[in-house]
Amino acid sequence: MFLKELSEASGISSREQEIRDLIREYVKPNVDEVFTDSLGNLYAVKGKDKVGPKVMLAAHMDEVGLMITNIEKNGLLRFSPVGGVDPRVLVSKPVAIGKNKVIGVIGAKAIHLQRPEERSQVLGYDDLYIDIGASDDEEAKKLVKTGDVVVFATKFQELGDLLLGKAFDDRAGCTALIELTKCEFACPVYFVFTVQEEVGLRGAGPASYRVAPDVALVLEGTTASDVGETDEANYSTTLGEGPAVTIMDRSVISHPGVVSMLFKLARENGIPLQMKRTITGGTDAGKISLSRGGVPTAVMAVPCRYIHSPVTVMNYNDLQHMVKLAEIFVQEIAQKGVELS
Amino acid sequence: MDLAQLLKDLSESSGVSGYENMPADIITKAWSELADEVRRDALGNVIAAKKGKGHGKLLLAAHIDEIGLMVKKIDERGFIRFATVGGFDFRTLVAQEVIVHGKKQLKGVIGAKPPHLQAPNEQKKAYPEDEFYIDVGLTADKVKELVRIGDMITIERKVQQLAGSRYAGKSFDDRACVVMLTACLSRLAEVNHNLDVYLVATVQEEVGTRGAAVAAYGVDPDLAIAVDVCHGEFPGVRADRGFSLGKGPVISMGPDTHPKILDKLKEIADEAKISYQLEASTSAGGTDAWSIQVARAGIACTLVSLPLRYMHTSVETLDLADIKEGGRLLAEFALKADRQFVEGLPCF
Repeated sequence: MFLKELSEASGISSREQEIRDLIREYVKPNVDEVFTDSLGNLYAVKGKDKVGPKVMLAAHMDEVGLMITNIEKNGLLRFSPVGGVDPRVLVSKPVAIGKNKVIGVIGAKAIHLQRPEERSQVLGYDDLYIDIGASDDEEAKKLVKTGDVVVFATKFQELGDLLLGKAFDDRAGCTALIELTKCEFACPVYFVFTVQEEVGLRGAGPASYRVAPDVALVLEGTTASDVGETDEANYSTTLGEGPAVTIMDRSVISHPGVVSMLFKLARENGIPLQMKRTITGGTDAGKISLSRGGVPTAVMAVPCRYIHSPVTVMNYNDLQHMVKLAEIFVQEIAQKGVELS
Repeated sequence: MDLAQLLKDLSESSGVSGYENMPADIITKAWSELADEVRRDALGNVIAAKKGKGHGKLLLAAHIDEIGLMVKKIDERGFIRFATVGGFDFRTLVAQEVIVHGKKQLKGVIGAKPPHLQAPNEQKKAYPEDEFYIDVGLTADKVKELVRIGDMITIERKVQQLAGSRYAGKSFDDRACVVMLTACLSRLAEVNHNLDVYLVATVQEEVGTRGAAVAAYGVDPDLAIAVDVCHGEFPGVRADRGFSLGKGPVISMGPDTHPKILDKLKEIADEAKISYQLEASTSAGGTDAWSIQVARAGIACTLVSLPLRYMHTSVETLDLADIKEGGRLLAEFALKADRQFVEGLPCF
């Protein structure tokens, strides 16, 4: 499954090579043209010369993670986050470092050695180290170097009726985009796999400028908090109730015409679709919608529990529904154009 | 005996205090190949006898139970609330994979609130302990069918091989020391040693060194060495509380240390060129040595330790070389300590 391979591969913002190489191989047989730009965005194009609105479908390749910032004399490694990583999820986890996936662990002082009040304090980036088993800096430097990137060492697996893995944000979107390259459309479609979303939506702007689409749809993994004792109003999204459409977040107000079209098509085709119920976070849609003279853009996403942690959980049905609805959406655009009401 | 493989098998098996069957079966099998006799007592302690020349009975103990969790409540949406069995730092449980031992084994994760939904200063505080829950990805009905209140939960962690001979994993406290006992037993199988040796993989150490007390009564040894983990050196750990990984086992000096056994261990280590470290351990207790020392009418006892970083997390880190060196020390002791030494132990 694309999702398994993409989830287990390593691709921190600006170091998306592994992901790009996998996707390039997957999409090549399905499209007319594949190329990259100077930032590393990957474009797959289908029906370039067809008449009709030019559609851009986008998903980001990068994931949140860490970067080695120093190798200490004692052989332990200092690190900083790349993208939004709550340090509280890092304690007592294995990680994979650099191209060779050197295994390290992030430990914590034993509970026996702590004063009671320490246990309520957060172990932050100033307190944590990665231990690769090196007895000093000389041994460590043979295995890793400053600037190496670090990902969670999580295996993709089933969790009851759900799926467990890392980086579903946004390898779920990448998987959907790859599936969509198999479809035949009556209009030109640009499948864009963007870079550096997690560090400030850096790749999508230039990509959108290059494609100059008439309409864009961003496919994502988004927050779900339908858990524990969270108040229902703060669920954001719910697993198993279909993909979620963003009305507004910190980066974009999805185009109302595109949003209504998605809900209309979902209704007509019996595809579950929900609205995202929080307005936090941002996506590539923020940059795409404002590129050149403006682009009608919406975001559709697979709900993910514990997003940005080593143990993200999603429902595979939501992903399949997202692929189906996105396909129907593009077919409708090809036939009827973009409704701007 | 492939010690690294045994370490992996024991570490990845599940056995919370009181429910140690899985690691007990593994060690029973391993010891059966090397010992004269292996039995299990009423509490579940695994006891292997390796007869020597009959100069005295030596008990070697290391515990096989691990800290874990227990199902406390299944909420209306199928999320599982839990209690702890043994000492956990809750900060190490966030975003952790677990196994719920219900009617069948269920994979679970302990959730973590995404940064996107947190209040501005939330990351400055540790997660409150009452906000932890386990997600097994099933509907509430299904969860209630498979899981009952009181079911045990273990942390799931595969052993990670690090640089050199270092490894990271869960429950190395104290199954790594059971591996050390096995290393000792492997050597004893090849020599004619003075002491009759009883190796015990003890149960229920993490809830109050309980198995060891019963095992010591049952074996009724002349002398005993408990083997447990001590803290590995790490930034923020005082130099006198943290020991180097890869520099050999740690011989403890404290109230549960018999002075003659201490001197003998040092003498034997020096003769056999076994590297070791010394710990001044004023706060006795917390290991099986504490229970064994006061079993029956009192037993001459000491503690040998294995340096371990990040104790009671799922990434406890050790050096396999220390396990081997410790096994050698214990075997040399059983080989060389004789009747005269044993008979002198009560004479202060």
